[in-house]
Amino acid sequence: MVASVTNLGRSGLYDWVIQRLSAVILALYTLFLLGFVIASPDMQYSQWQGLFAQTWMKVFSLVALIAICAHAWVGMWTISTDYLKKAAVRFGFQLVSAGFLFVYLVWGIDILWSV
Amino acid sequence: MLVSIYRYNPETDEAPYMKDYDITIPGNKDVMVLDVLALVKEQDPTLAFRRSCREGVCGSDGMSINGKNGLACITPISEATKGKMDKLVLRPLPGLPVIRDLVIDMSLFYKQYEKIKPYLVNDTPAPAIERLQTPEDRAKLDGLYECILCACCSTACPSFWWNPDKFVGPSGLLQAYRFLADSRDTQTQERLAELSDPFSVFRCRGIMNCVNVCPKGLNPTRAIGHIRNMLLNQQV
Repeated sequence: MVASVTNLGRSGLYDWVIQRLSAVILALYTLFLLGFVIASPDMQYSQWQGLFAQTWMKVFSLVALIAICAHAWVGMWTISTDYLKKAAVRFGFQLVSAGFLFVYLVWGIDILWSV
Repeated sequence: MLVSIYRYNPETDEAPYMKDYDITIPGNKDVMVLDVLALVKEQDPTLAFRRSCREGVCGSDGMSINGKNGLACITPISEATKGKMDKLVLRPLPGLPVIRDLVIDMSLFYKQYEKIKPYLVNDTPAPAIERLQTPEDRAKLDGLYECILCACCSTACPSFWWNPDKFVGPSGLLQAYRFLADSRDTQTQERLAELSDPFSVFRCRGIMNCVNVCPKGLNPTRAIGHIRNMLLNQQV
């Protein structure tokens, strides 16, 4: 058993499940958006705005936003523990990554609810 | 044939270097890489490498042969040079400290092996003769018990290069699954609990370098997948 206090779920299995689950959510979201764009060839701003103004789309987008943040955190944490050998550098990198992801999350929510 | 070998003697050399040897293979036959090393050793007795059984059973002579990990004793030069028979480049297995020339320090590799408790644990009273298995249960160990611990797989694994002190590595995990799959072992839950952290098993990214190089044709990636499934079934 190798202990770690900075990974998302404190367990490799938890992180692994999060990574897979968030990947599925992101794939579905991407496919849906792609499908929407393809299905409306001469799309106007109003249609795009109309899509994001609906509550279910806000929920779907929020789920995708949380999924991308969790997915990115697990990924960035893995990269940092693979390549950054100095604890201080690694922790600094993790802090910056977490900071960016948090900003993206709050900013994203702000954008979604402003539509 | 041109044979280029990684040389490093920490007592006399400041840095490792590659040394070229021109080797004439008697009768131009397709011999094993280990035979070529023996010819080099005749020319230059200072060359150090491990070898023992010379038939792919002991796992002593694992090395990087033209960029791919393998056992020198069972790798024909035709295979190593892809039929060209022109140049052989021999380096120590990557990722572990070099003691001298082609000899590496395998302490970390063995430490990981030790960590997975590579022995049968059964806390039920011992039967009069022996612990029996059904042929079906025994068959589950095929493809697992054959590992000879040559370290070709673990030293071909980038995850093991970056975290040899934390990631068990393909060889150790193949053995871990060998005991998880054993119907006579009663420590399954404890063994799984030891493996559920973010490093021991989950550093495997499934790139299958281990499968690509295993001289015994084993599949550690599949065994790692089985361990993941066992952990999932246990904890979901």
